[in-house]
Amino acid sequence: MSYDSQIEEFQHVQTAHCENGVTTALLRHNGLDFMTEPLAFGMGSGLFYIQIPFLTVNNGPAISFRTMPGAIFKRTCKALGVEVKSKKFGSPESAEAFLNKKIDEHVPVGCQVGVFHLTYFPKEYRFHFNAHNIIVFGHENGRYQLSDPTMEVVTSLSDEELSKVRFAKGTFAPKGHIYYPEKVGIVTEDMIRKGIVKGIKRNVRDMLHIPGSFAGVDGIRHTANHVRKWREKLGIKKAGLYLGQIVRMQEEIGTGGGGFRFLYAAFLEEAAAYMQDDRLVSISEEFTRSGDMWRASAIQMAGVYKGRLTEQKSFEDIADRLVEIRSVEKEAFQKLSKLNLGK
Amino acid sequence: MKKEDLPQDPGALDNFTREVCYVKNQDGKYETALSRGWDVKKEALDNAWVEVNKRIEEARQAVINGEKSPVFYFMELRLMDVPLLSGYTGFLAFFVKRHFKPSVFKGLNDRKLGKYAEAFDITLQELKNFKG
Repeated sequence: MSYDSQIEEFQHVQTAHCENGVTTALLRHNGLDFMTEPLAFGMGSGLFYIQIPFLTVNNGPAISFRTMPGAIFKRTCKALGVEVKSKKFGSPESAEAFLNKKIDEHVPVGCQVGVFHLTYFPKEYRFHFNAHNIIVFGHENGRYQLSDPTMEVVTSLSDEELSKVRFAKGTFAPKGHIYYPEKVGIVTEDMIRKGIVKGIKRNVRDMLHIPGSFAGVDGIRHTANHVRKWREKLGIKKAGLYLGQIVRMQEEIGTGGGGFRFLYAAFLEEAAAYMQDDRLVSISEEFTRSGDMWRASAIQMAGVYKGRLTEQKSFEDIADRLVEIRSVEKEAFQKLSKLNLGK
Repeated sequence: MKKEDLPQDPGALDNFTREVCYVKNQDGKYETALSRGWDVKKEALDNAWVEVNKRIEEARQAVINGEKSPVFYFMELRLMDVPLLSGYTGFLAFFVKRHFKPSVFKGLNDRKLGKYAEAFDITLQELKNFKG
């Protein structure tokens, strides 16, 4: 087959979160060596909180600690003046033909995939989740060569297996979604600084000023109010499963720990160096504190689903801690909004 | 989180990968470190699976009792719900729900059953002959 080729110079990058990882690795491959995961996450305004109303995922609350899938790649590239190609397909055949053409041209590409049929994942992690991202960088001996950013090493899938995960069905169905930087110009330090400022401002807006009570910092209080009622409403067992779902969204592989809060703190630390502004270091500390508090709340929640904590008081304690986390994050974002970092 | 506090608990990620976490080093600066896992989240994942397996077992009993068709059982076995199964088969949710009835299931032709078998990654015979 003509597309039996490998992009030799492609460097696998392991990151906490898959979309950060694809963004970082593809931009580095295109010559932007300064790119790091925290920088991609911060420029892409990756931090978020939302409990989506009336929706359950895997029979539990639909909670996310980060922004919409696809947003980080798009925003970070845009900030750096990188032109992006993004394509979805009507059929697996056309999706495969386009992918093979890019491999032939020695262009590594990002692919959105579903996790359920991802054969190299451990069975315990294979739920129907369609917003996973990998890089395809070659085809050899009848298998696609892949860089999954959450893994330590590169891996591979057969043609059929890749086609299946690219056409997984359900929420966020990928429809063969493929994306990559098409044109990368010269990126100056000034552009990076502007990208950082824009990323911070957008994140301030998303966390402080988003309308409604179920998203942004207020979303954390929204969940706290739910938690107070869960024991009565759902019974102790189901309430435990709901809390377990929060912990998984917050701490599972892909988050960097503490619901992406440590990752954001790392971004602010890097931003401080670019901006020559130590105030960002002290605000970074506040996000570290928030991440630590999220971890502590996870330990409390585990007390419930391990069956050690059963009283209503435990649910009140968990909710109170969430309200406290909200205050810490609200204050931190208010400080960020008052920094006057320029345009 | 300090680097020395990063948990290294065994779990489902073993033999797959260690995960990247962001931790503070001794100088108070962020760096990445690799973690095997954390018991707190392992328990949450294990619990989720206990629940999934319970639902699968209940579905199997429902087939044995003649209350549900094999379509319902395999939907649970594959962790699907009605909208998702509708997405994989192309049948409207209304019809998927009808196909849960053993009496309706019996009358389905091989073409329709084949769509379910494909969605569930099983053979037509496995689907037709499933008794619970």
